[in-house]
Amino acid sequence: MKVSSSVLACCCLLIQVFGMMLFIRGFFPAPVRSQSRKSTSAQIPPEPATAGASSNWTTHPPPLFKKVVIFLIDALRQDFVYGPKGKEHMPYLTQLLEKGTTHSFIAKATAPTVTMPRIKALMTGSIPGFMDVVMNLNSHELLDDNVIWQAKQAGKRIVFYGDDTWIRLFPKHFSEYDGTTSFFVSDYTEVDNNVTRHLDDILRRNDWDMLILHYLGLDHIGHLTGPHSHLVGPKLLEMDTVLRKISIALMSQEEDISVPSLIVLCGDHGMSETGSHGGSSEEEVQTPLVLISSAFEKKGGTSKLPEIVQQTDIAPTLAISLGLPISQNSLGMLLPQTVEHKSMREQLRFFHLNGHQLCMLLKQNLEAYEKDDGVELFRKAEKSHGNWIKLYLEGNTSETLTNLGKKVLKQYLEALKNLSSSLGKQIAEYDIYSMSIGAVIALEILFLLLLSIPSALSSQAHFDVPLSSPLFSLLFYMMCLVLSAIHVIVCTSSEKVCFFCSISWALALGIMMFISALSCIVLSTLGKMLAKSQCHNKKQDSTFSGWSELDLLLLIGTLGHVLSMGASSFIEEEHQTWYFLTNTLCLALAQEMCRKYFLVKKVNLLDSAQDEESKNEGLYMDKIYDTHKKEMKEQTIPLLLQFAKHYEKWIALLSPWAILIICRLLRTLNQTGIQWIHRPDFGHWLTSSEHKAELSFLVAVCLIMIFILIQGRCSFISKVALAFGLLGVYCYRAAIGHVLYPWSKNSNSLSQGITEARFVYIFVLGILFTGTKDLLKSQVIYTDPRTKSVGLWEVYSGFILLAALLYRPHNLVVLVFCLLMQTTLSMFIWNLLKHDAAQITIMHYWFGQAFFFFQGNSNTISTVDISAGFVGLESYVELPAIFLTMFATYSGPLLWAIHLLWYLSSETNRFSTTVAHGCYCYAVIRSIPVTVYIILVTAFRYHLFIWSVFSPKLLYEAIHLFISAGVCVMFTAVDKNQISKSEN
Amino acid sequence: MDETELRRMSTGHVFCVIAVVLSIYIPTLFLDDFSFLGTHLSWLCICSLCVIIVHILFLLTLKPNASSKKSSLANKFNKLTKSCIYFLISCFLFHGIIVLYGAPLVESVAETFLFAVLLSSFTTSRCLCLLGPNFPAWVRVFSKDGALSVWDHSLQITTVCSVVGAWLGAFPIPLDWDRPWQVWPISCSLGATIGYVVGLLIAPLWIYWNRKRLTYKSR
Ligand SMILES: [Zn+2]
Ligand SMILES: [Zn+2]
Repeated sequence: MKVSSSVLACCCLLIQVFGMMLFIRGFFPAPVRSQSRKSTSAQIPPEPATAGASSNWTTHPPPLFKKVVIFLIDALRQDFVYGPKGKEHMPYLTQLLEKGTTHSFIAKATAPTVTMPRIKALMTGSIPGFMDVVMNLNSHELLDDNVIWQAKQAGKRIVFYGDDTWIRLFPKHFSEYDGTTSFFVSDYTEVDNNVTRHLDDILRRNDWDMLILHYLGLDHIGHLTGPHSHLVGPKLLEMDTVLRKISIALMSQEEDISVPSLIVLCGDHGMSETGSHGGSSEEEVQTPLVLISSAFEKKGGTSKLPEIVQQTDIAPTLAISLGLPISQNSLGMLLPQTVEHKSMREQLRFFHLNGHQLCMLLKQNLEAYEKDDGVELFRKAEKSHGNWIKLYLEGNTSETLTNLGKKVLKQYLEALKNLSSSLGKQIAEYDIYSMSIGAVIALEILFLLLLSIPSALSSQAHFDVPLSSPLFSLLFYMMCLVLSAIHVIVCTSSEKVCFFCSISWALALGIMMFISALSCIVLSTLGKMLAKSQCHNKKQDSTFSGWSELDLLLLIGTLGHVLSMGASSFIEEEHQTWYFLTNTLCLALAQEMCRKYFLVKKVNLLDSAQDEESKNEGLYMDKIYDTHKKEMKEQTIPLLLQFAKHYEKWIALLSPWAILIICRLLRTLNQTGIQWIHRPDFGHWLTSSEHKAELSFLVAVCLIMIFILIQGRCSFISKVALAFGLLGVYCYRAAIGHVLYPWSKNSNSLSQGITEARFVYIFVLGILFTGTKDLLKSQVIYTDPRTKSVGLWEVYSGFILLAALLYRPHNLVVLVFCLLMQTTLSMFIWNLLKHDAAQITIMHYWFGQAFFFFQGNSNTISTVDISAGFVGLESYVELPAIFLTMFATYSGPLLWAIHLLWYLSSETNRFSTTVAHGCYCYAVIRSIPVTVYIILVTAFRYHLFIWSVFSPKLLYEAIHLFISAGVCVMFTAVDKNQISKSEN
Repeated sequence: MDETELRRMSTGHVFCVIAVVLSIYIPTLFLDDFSFLGTHLSWLCICSLCVIIVHILFLLTLKPNASSKKSSLANKFNKLTKSCIYFLISCFLFHGIIVLYGAPLVESVAETFLFAVLLSSFTTSRCLCLLGPNFPAWVRVFSKDGALSVWDHSLQITTVCSVVGAWLGAFPIPLDWDRPWQVWPISCSLGATIGYVVGLLIAPLWIYWNRKRLTYKSR
């Protein structure tokens, strides 16, 4: 079966997307959870009993505290409380810690240290899976068993003030609430005042049982200026006064109520040295946890280092404190200090409840749970607990009883620790079978793509898929049989949950058949190639020496980048790799340019045989000028062309250097990565509020530049639409307060700019529509290749307009420079140096990657600009928000890919196969890193940085692959037309 | 292929290598706290100076471009000033390229510039000694199949090796190993030096290996 290269590439990438999805499904394990969703007090176990005596205490223990205040300060780092900063700026808390009735801990959060998963961890006690980070964009209601739900079931009244993530997680749970949005990160006073203003009222009243306060200001300060900013001190002082207010108010109430109250001061995550969070560095992971209650014993004034506990321990502690059942999915253990003041019987009862819950959870997640150390220890402790109860009920009150009680307590603690850790281990389990199926599919596709390079990049640009080779039948059925057998064996023997086993057997069989068919195709292609290479053994030597330095650089660069993904630092600093490669590429282009202009004459003097070639070259150059001239005449800018033709040599020689300088400038715009992110960059300078006027000017200039650069090749209608659209972009930015109008110095009337954004969307859709219409027209009427070029350009400019709307305002510079570079490269470099489609594709890909990072992206989740998903939307709407965020994040690679498509299809009058070649190369160059990365991640799955570095990168790669598949489909759609035309 | 020419070139290369090696060890005798990593800037100065001196000695004793006729004193002086200017230009050019590669613009200018000087002493000073301040000749040597003699080949190889060495030397910088040699520009200058030395050692071997093909081509 003969398939054109572009169709082959497109199919391959789509299949690879499927393989990637399967791999990711296996790689990101489902979190540990129990089958029954919510625990009720009916499931409460009675106190353990031994033969002869049974306890009468079967109900749930009563609450320890009347009122609980959860005082959550976002991004509160451990040293903000326990370090010198805390001592200086939080005097009241320091005094409490030293002399008051407190227990202090360092609670370790797990990566990802992002607010929503941390709130979930605090309230459910479980560790949310990595996928929760991605869902952070879209926090749905928390359906798992959690403290808030239990409290509401128990009829407690919960009051909440703070980050509205809570309200989205727990809708209808709070009897009273006021959410503040974390959307405007630049605001760090208003968000907190909105919480504090309710305090006086609520503390005077007595009609609540649980008060949750979530202060966002500190986190915003961190994002804006980092942990060492001068803003941190005053903010901590503010928090300290809030704490004093709460504490004094509660204490005054306690005098007339006998049951004490509890204040839990905690942070959801820390803050890295640069002020962001999301990773797993010490600064981000360690948060303070201070429990304040008059029930605790007074401290002797000796300040020892706080004990390190897990953040998940807070949930069971809260549940016990409030007299609620412990959430079913909780992995944590009750903090023993909180119940110290209770009687021994109660303490033992609490730990028994906690241990029982952990055992139940382990039972549902581990097949051989009876053999687990923790369970064995727990059973032992339970038995001695029963003995203790027996003695206790007999009325024994001697010293031995207390000692025995202490021993039982110790046993319980050990058992809990073991249970907790073996549950933690369960979480890190991978679904290897699904992963390997996905990896095998990706690998086979890569092999197929690599093996078909010679024929797919030939002048015919098609590949003969050997569907009916003689090898096919026997090998195919053999492989099918073997794979099915493996499937049956794996799925019947495996103890763990496996995604691939859970799908229907017909689908699984289909996938198995598909895998064996693919491997047969790969094998027979390989066989064919070997047979061929034996015939033309001598020819192959000469092909390698025909490679230019540029080819060598492109090959080494691609391979080098792929290899660099094996080191976590290179993934964190991937932008450096791409900046380095594009820089070297530009230098290579400069060298080629030099050679072209300075050397041709010299060679001519030496060798007259090359004279002819240069003559041909001259002819060819004239032709290019003619076409340029024609094009430009229609575009009514002959003056510029005149200039360009006159100084063509010098412009061509200087253009690589101009690109180099542009790259260097863009580098200073957004610092990304980990190591150098704290360096001052131009973007921060621009976005700070003092430089609003400069930013406005820059945005205006950029929008005008964008118009000038893209209007030339558009039709009149889209030109007008483009102008209006760009005007709308400025209005939108002014409406949400990023830029100023020249006539109004300070606009206080900020809105969400919904009308303005929708106005722009209309023009984006209009331009895209005209573009598609032109494309379709050129597909139906074969006569006019110009329509097609215009159509593609209009699609391209529609995307540019959308990007201009979605980008953060200072990033418009990136867009302008992107356009400038593309114009320079296509006008002066690729045309003059006569690169082939493959080289141009790889260069486009490299520049696209570099622009991904120029935008300020990185391989960590925290740099995704979520605000792009809200442009023009009143509230969170899932599908458009995801699409817009994805587009804004990947616009660099995408815009370069579409430019590539336009450029190659405008080149088709030279070679009819350029688009097919380009599409194929694009598929290969995407497929190589993706496949290698899948294998690397599988090998590194127990690496220390798997969650913080490798997993986010895997998600980035997967989404990039998905987008590339879309691009390939576009290529194929455009190319199909071309082939039928050439046949005509 | 001239065997004696090759032998002379090899001895010259050996002297260059010795100069580089000595630049690490000799200064410790005179200067107190001198070390390659600790006082890297002074090593950069010393090494470039050594290499330049050896290259000039090379020019005076071995006379690789023997074809050039004896010229007047004024002409020689003219050539000398021209060479100095070329050298300076190449330093600034290298500096510019390094900054384009991402070296900080304002911070650590001295380090960047001295690294540029080291690179130019490995590459440009050798070109100046072997070819003279003759730009067309440089372009000829550094184009494909442009080498006409053993010297041209050795020049090609050492220059490319030093530049590629510096290029490769930048790779360990982003790694989070926190080693003292990862500090800018130590790894790059180390890479360039190693590249230069390797180039010097490889050049005679490579020419010897390909001697038949080369004689054919240079005619
Ligand atoms: Zn947070
Ligand atoms: Zn934050």
